[in-house]
Amino acid sequence: MANAELMIEALGEPMRREILERLLEQPRSVTELADGLPVTRPAVSQHLKVLKESQLVTDRAEGTRRIYRVDPDALAILRAYFDSFWSRSLETFRLAAEADHDQEGSA
Amino acid sequence: MTEVMDATTVRTSVDVPVSPQRAFELFTAQIGDWWDESHHILEAPLAEMVFEPFAGGHIIDRGTDGSECRWARVLAYEPPRRVCFSWDINLQWQVETDPARCSEVEIAFSPRPDGGTHVVLTHSGLDRHGPGWEDMRDAVASGWSLEQFATLARRD
Repeated sequence: MANAELMIEALGEPMRREILERLLEQPRSVTELADGLPVTRPAVSQHLKVLKESQLVTDRAEGTRRIYRVDPDALAILRAYFDSFWSRSLETFRLAAEADHDQEGSA
Repeated sequence: MTEVMDATTVRTSVDVPVSPQRAFELFTAQIGDWWDESHHILEAPLAEMVFEPFAGGHIIDRGTDGSECRWARVLAYEPPRRVCFSWDINLQWQVETDPARCSEVEIAFSPRPDGGTHVVLTHSGLDRHGPGWEDMRDAVASGWSLEQFATLARRD
């Protein structure tokens, strides 16, 4: 289960916010990210690792490259965190209903 | 999106991909599955939440040490369309025992053409919490106090 507090912690580092903003524009590889940023490729990889651990970002293999993208569910969770108590509660209610629906579909 | 309807009412809604019957069950019988764990008054770790399925019942938090907290009275229980309960919580986030000083939460479930359900939650009568009730409204209506927001907006 993704956790808004972990995400916020991950975004406390300015370079990770920069990376997230670039991934919001479009999914990119580590090389593409490093090309536009004043940091090395290993540094970008390290930041991506933290973003992945906080479940803000997902990756998948595309040929020989690994493409990173922002998880839309993570954004919903983050948005809900800053929203009201009731919005937050209904967001977790919605996630429970979706899980229930998926389960019924596969049963 | 949470809206402040009038000064004393807060409303928010969500669409879910299950039938009204199932959404109603999830909201009531399975409230413990999705209710935010950090939002309990009980001092002991939470063992379970019980939503008694009848008007006159309670929503009860049970602690692992056997302690209980009845923080809501079930005012209407009408599956699959509507459920309503009182918000028996005071401004110190303790149980309010005077029903005249409690607000009300109503949840309406309506079917959607795609087979899902539109859920509307209305929290009304927030001024019944007495002097300082705006704090309760701000707590349920906004993660950030509306006052803080107004201050920020003015500064902008």
